[in-house]
Amino acid sequence: MSRDIAILGVGMHPWGKWGRSFIDYGVAAARAALKDAGVAWRSVQFVSGAATIRNGYPGQVAGATFAQALGWQGAQVNTSYAACASGAQALAAARSRILSGECELALVIGSDTTPKGFLAPAKGERPDDPDWVRFRIGITNPAYFAMYARRRMALYGDTVDDFALVKIKNSEHGFGNPNARYRKRFTAAEVAASPMVASPLRLMDVCATSDGAAALIVSSIDYARRVGRGDAPRIAAISTVTPTFASAIIEMPDIATDSAVAATVHSFRAALPAKAYEISGISPSDVSVAEVYDLSTALELDWIEDLQLCNRGEAAALLRSGATRVGGRIPVNPSGGLACFGEAVPAQALAQVCELTWQLRGEAGARQVEGATVGITANQGLFGHGSTVIVKR
Amino acid sequence: MSARVERPFLEGWFAKDEAGAHLVGARCTSCGTYYFPRQVRFCRNPACEGEQFEDVPLSRRGRLWSFTDACYQPPEPYIAADPFVPFAIAAVELEREKMIVLGPVVQGVGVDALTVGMPMELVIGTLSETPTERHLVWQWKPVA
Ligand SMILES: [Zn+2]
Repeated sequence: MSRDIAILGVGMHPWGKWGRSFIDYGVAAARAALKDAGVAWRSVQFVSGAATIRNGYPGQVAGATFAQALGWQGAQVNTSYAACASGAQALAAARSRILSGECELALVIGSDTTPKGFLAPAKGERPDDPDWVRFRIGITNPAYFAMYARRRMALYGDTVDDFALVKIKNSEHGFGNPNARYRKRFTAAEVAASPMVASPLRLMDVCATSDGAAALIVSSIDYARRVGRGDAPRIAAISTVTPTFASAIIEMPDIATDSAVAATVHSFRAALPAKAYEISGISPSDVSVAEVYDLSTALELDWIEDLQLCNRGEAAALLRSGATRVGGRIPVNPSGGLACFGEAVPAQALAQVCELTWQLRGEAGARQVEGATVGITANQGLFGHGSTVIVKR
Repeated sequence: MSARVERPFLEGWFAKDEAGAHLVGARCTSCGTYYFPRQVRFCRNPACEGEQFEDVPLSRRGRLWSFTDACYQPPEPYIAADPFVPFAIAAVELEREKMIVLGPVVQGVGVDALTVGMPMELVIGTLSETPTERHLVWQWKPVA
């Protein structure tokens, strides 16, 4: 029995700082996805929303909020919260309903409106909350990315020029992407001239936060065939595994790793795609294109190795060879990635799937990866959440 | 200079004895896993059902796993001096505990003075000040 589901339609609201409600962006993305799928809203049987925590009750009940905004029509509804993997978990909920036969056609949707500046913890003195403790001693999110980057420099000999090259590559990719927020080609000199945020990372190495929305219309393979869309891109696997004790690296927002005196260490990031490869039977050598969570430029290099697209420690060499550019052997972040989008937390994991869908349909325009047949995503957020989705033709 | 009352920014997270400063961790009496912070009720090793823990001083020394610095003033609840003084941050690997612990680096030591793998030791220093209080924190310092 096939464990695949079909992606009939995708839609996004462009990323930016628009100053409007996340509901507006979500409805725009949903309507675009419905139109792309050629599906009427009233035939959607299941609405799966990714929660956004900064928007009060409506954000915490995102599925119902979007269902109401699109017009209540009696669909089953669900809301998922899993930090940066919220969108992937919402997609996993839809996949389960479809594969169980409970529904044939589902809308999956994530949207966010973000505040200005650093993402900061809730107010009040809360020493039991590791997120409060680390901000109290001044350790922000970029500090973690910077420590991972420094570790690469020490272990593998990566340089700040390599990190800048990731930014330059992604800015070239995102330059023509109408949904990207930052559409400007950057040079090495511009990256080097941007202010240091957390050594060795500069402002241009670290991603911003954005408003944005992404939506998918997914269906059973039977349904896709009945509407003449049997050849639509398919979701072959969704992995949302937890870490395995003991943690190998210091994870945000913790101030210490697990102690490994009674257990071996495990890499969380590497576990996410490993499970997706196992579920789908697809191997890393089958992958044509990847969308990875480049919260920092250096982190893109970690992900390339976690996805097993090259050996550990060789991602910078792969980058320098041009292989990860559109036109290269294994393009990474053809959308422009978080470097060009900024992070819209509940929408981001779905935006990755939107990009892969366009790539596999051959509709990605100037950033098209020729002949793409298998795409993979990688994403990680707080509190042991992360995801990998494999899309195939 | 007015006398400020000194107090740890968190009670019970670190201490000083005749041997020097140390972090206060917990150790599972069943499997030996260490915890920092020490607030733990159930052992998180999936192979262990331990619920008994003893307080233990963590190693005072370790090796620098990685490091960075805060070039911009962090948001609240960080209490910044005016003007803000950038500071380095260290992740130090403790050999006996097989764990990595974050902390600020002592004032006056920047990233240029740090190298991955170098030996580091724990000291107690100032995290922040108000007109009446000085808040203490653990800090990492290169071994002289
Ligand atoms: Zn135990």
